[in-house]
Amino acid sequence: MDAIPQPSRQLVRMRGRSYVAFVFCPVVPIVSWLEEIDATLARSPGFFVGKPVVLDLSAVDLSRTGIAHLVTSLEQRNIRVLGIEGVDAAHLSTSMPPLLTGGRQCVLMQNEPKKPEPKPKPMSLLLESPVRSGQSVVFTEGDVTVLGSVGSGAEIVAGGSIHIYGALRGRAMAGVNGNSAARIYCQKIEAELLAIDGYYQTAEEIDAALRNRPAQAWLEGDIMKVTPLN
Amino acid sequence: MAKVLVVTSGKGGVGKTTSTAALGAALAQMGEKVVVVDFDVGLRNLDLVLGAERRVVFDLINVVQGVAKLSQALIRDKRLDNLWLLPASQTRDKDALTDEGVRSVIADLRTKFDWILCDSPAGIERGATLAMRYADEAVIVTNPEVSSVRDSDRIIGMLDSKTVKAERGERVEKHVLITRYDSARAARGEMLSIEDILEILATPLLGIIPESQDVLRASNVGSPVTLNNAASAPARAYVDAARRLLGEAVTMTVPVERKGLMNRLLGRRAA
Repeated sequence: MDAIPQPSRQLVRMRGRSYVAFVFCPVVPIVSWLEEIDATLARSPGFFVGKPVVLDLSAVDLSRTGIAHLVTSLEQRNIRVLGIEGVDAAHLSTSMPPLLTGGRQCVLMQNEPKKPEPKPKPMSLLLESPVRSGQSVVFTEGDVTVLGSVGSGAEIVAGGSIHIYGALRGRAMAGVNGNSAARIYCQKIEAELLAIDGYYQTAEEIDAALRNRPAQAWLEGDIMKVTPLN
Repeated sequence: MAKVLVVTSGKGGVGKTTSTAALGAALAQMGEKVVVVDFDVGLRNLDLVLGAERRVVFDLINVVQGVAKLSQALIRDKRLDNLWLLPASQTRDKDALTDEGVRSVIADLRTKFDWILCDSPAGIERGATLAMRYADEAVIVTNPEVSSVRDSDRIIGMLDSKTVKAERGERVEKHVLITRYDSARAARGEMLSIEDILEILATPLLGIIPESQDVLRASNVGSPVTLNNAASAPARAYVDAARRLLGEAVTMTVPVERKGLMNRLLGRRAA
């Protein structure tokens, strides 16, 4: 038996899908409306690139040539019109974008980059590594905390207090903005210089009995006190 | 993976060049392909310590400036097949070094060697900063005395901020090598103790090299101490340090001089 091949039918599948389009509503005079478009393009040249655009002509009364002229004007600006609505079908020729009906309003999401909220200025600075000789850490906005030692020849300058969870072998200057309530704390005091609000003591003046011990320095009137911390 | 290791200290005369030569030779003896690069332009010494001073034709500056090819400037050690030297120029100064030139030389060396040991000049200026610029690891040579330790602290700070690795947010692996350590004097409190040094520098210890006449003797004959007298205390300490660089866990000891039987007998008689 001869098998007659059945002509296989190619099924055309169609699906509905909706897209969000920009709708332009030109107003008279068209010339100044186009100028407005030009101004938008000057601000962000790629704004309409690749975006579907529909012309809503219900607010204007244009002839067939007028519509054709408007569509070409937009094409010259790299804006391709996907469809036209709000106009009598008789006003459109076959070379023009098709007439659209049944459009629904929707809110266009503006993808403007959100401005980061201004962060509150940090009131303290945390250093997680030792401060080495020759390094200078200046933080006039507030406290400085060091998780480590401050080497000989290093310096810490702070608007507030200074906290050192290690040995202080360098210089520490607290309360540099005139904050006489600032203090200096350290786990081990071998400081070259301690200063609070301009009052200072050098290593020679610091009580030798305090050396290598946890200590704090603060101002009592205009006298700097250095006492053990425990 | 090639490793660039800078031997640095900040302070002069603490044993950077000696340590570079000794560690380089020790690594080469363990089968690694090593090049030691002298960055002390104008005051070169590494060629002398390696006994290659009469074979220098081209140098680092010639290579940096494109006058010579890298292969023309590299000098192979006569005793160890996989130890090479890239000498510094004696007639120029550190300004002849450029960041871009050093970068390309180091990149070139990385393709040819397992270890690139950069002998840094003393100080914190151009020569020293360029020597550490492209380092993956650093050996900070420190003597047990306060000025050397403070300078080392300064250098560690620079390693954490001025190197390419630091600028990328990575860390240069750092090791402290204590040289010229005299246990008798340390016991009498005439030197900073190892604990004090490590406490101040907050950096892991690579080794302790004892003060020894063997070091001077080796430099004078132009041979790394690890080659000249492998049984000597400093040589053993350097070999231990090199093994630690290769990732081996070696117990930390302070090697002492081994006295021969004759010496001991003579010593006893003299006493």
